[in-house]
Amino acid sequence: MTEIPEHLRKRAEEARKKAAQASGIDSPASTGPSEGISPDDEPAVLTEGKIPPHLLDRSRAAANQPNPGEVPDPAGSGVPEARGGPDGHNQRLLTVVKSGSIQDTKLVPQDKVHVWPHLLVAEFLAALAVTLFTLLFSIFVNAPLLDLANYNQTPNPSKAPWYFLGLQEMLTMFHPMVAGVTIPGIGLILLVMAPYIDKNPSKAPEDRKFAISLMTIHLMFWAVLVMIGSFFRGPGFNFIFPWNSGLFFEL
Amino acid sequence: MADSNGNKPTGQALAERVQGSQAWSSIFRPGSIFRKGYSDSPRNRSYVIMNSVLYHLHPVKVKRHAVKVSYTLCLGGLSFFLFILLTVTGIFLMFFYRPTAAQAWDDILTLHTAVGFGLIVRNMHRWAAHLMVLSVFLHMARVFYHGAYKPPREFNWVIGVMLLQLTLLLSFTGYLLPWDQLALWAVTVGTNMMGFTPVFGSQVRFVLLGGVEIGTDTLLRWYVLHVLMLPFVAVIFMAIHFWRVRKDGGISGPL
Repeated sequence: MTEIPEHLRKRAEEARKKAAQASGIDSPASTGPSEGISPDDEPAVLTEGKIPPHLLDRSRAAANQPNPGEVPDPAGSGVPEARGGPDGHNQRLLTVVKSGSIQDTKLVPQDKVHVWPHLLVAEFLAALAVTLFTLLFSIFVNAPLLDLANYNQTPNPSKAPWYFLGLQEMLTMFHPMVAGVTIPGIGLILLVMAPYIDKNPSKAPEDRKFAISLMTIHLMFWAVLVMIGSFFRGPGFNFIFPWNSGLFFEL
Repeated sequence: MADSNGNKPTGQALAERVQGSQAWSSIFRPGSIFRKGYSDSPRNRSYVIMNSVLYHLHPVKVKRHAVKVSYTLCLGGLSFFLFILLTVTGIFLMFFYRPTAAQAWDDILTLHTAVGFGLIVRNMHRWAAHLMVLSVFLHMARVFYHGAYKPPREFNWVIGVMLLQLTLLLSFTGYLLPWDQLALWAVTVGTNMMGFTPVFGSQVRFVLLGGVEIGTDTLLRWYVLHVLMLPFVAVIFMAIHFWRVRKDGGISGPL
């Protein structure tokens, strides 16, 4: 995994920003000279800003140098004599190969942070907050402890724990085998299979309208059933309004 | 903290002696924040994780967006933390509870009235349990809406659904233990539903209840499920869940 140490990455970012600012100021001025280079005697590559200036100067100087071997050749023999550079041979910059075109960098450096302290501090604070909340809530609200279990006295209504109240609510609509086994069974299988059913590779919400709507409807359906079962069902599991008949709900 | 011989304050000197001792440095590995001369450097930040037991859970570095609270809402981590909180409070409760029909309810009452911190620990156990059901459920919703179950994380989603069911089962088995009217009849409603399982409904119910109706055998059975078997299975699934989070490249990327 290619990683750039955080401090180096920051330094590089600052430098890049500074360079961007500098070039933003210079750009109108810098276009002037580059156009000023006689465009006919140099290939277009050389006008590109990527070439170090000393190389540019050298090649320009080499091109402008009057070649003693070439000029007095009125006969036009067609055989070009070797050009003489400073050391007897001439070098010309043909092209500049950018690193990306031959070196394929597969790993893009990822923006990472240290788990300590960034993640651990957040986790610790979250854990602390939940502990405090639970503690304070426990000071003020007691867990229910009703009378001793008694087979002969069925409370009216008898309710399942809240997370099963959606199922109990469905018992009022369907046969127990459908409400208690078939529907939750199919629901669970669909839930487990979700990643294998949903073949859409995109994670963007705008590409997943169907999946998101389906899940939202599903969640809302259960939430509403649980709410009805919890707060709107009174004696005999009949529909009531809690503000008229009171709450029949224990956590 | 007064210095008698013009030396360092005694507290500081003592701290340095302790931190410099062989015992201390054998306990805290290099890079520990409790070690002598810990300084905040990239190297030490890495060592804090690498040289501690947390390395089982966390890598040295995570993607920057992974620490954004607004992305995860901490829900998965909080579910795990609530599990730990429930284990701790649950162990406390186990000291004062006997899972028989004759004793269970009285034990809870004694816990309320005669055991130091008994009431508040029981309250915390109960509220944390409800909170855990909620947080596991919300964690699932969060993961779904982020599309985080998509490849390569499909299998971890499956593990997660298993953990959701285990959480519900843990909560439901605990529901019976106080042996009050709420417990008895809530569980009656729940197990009656399971009795409608096609083909072997009555067998399922018999195995769950340890008999034909809820009684002291059911209590023992659900107690063992609640304090031993289900937590054991849940811990194994959690280990796989957390391991897969790391193997699949950390938590899923931003949308």
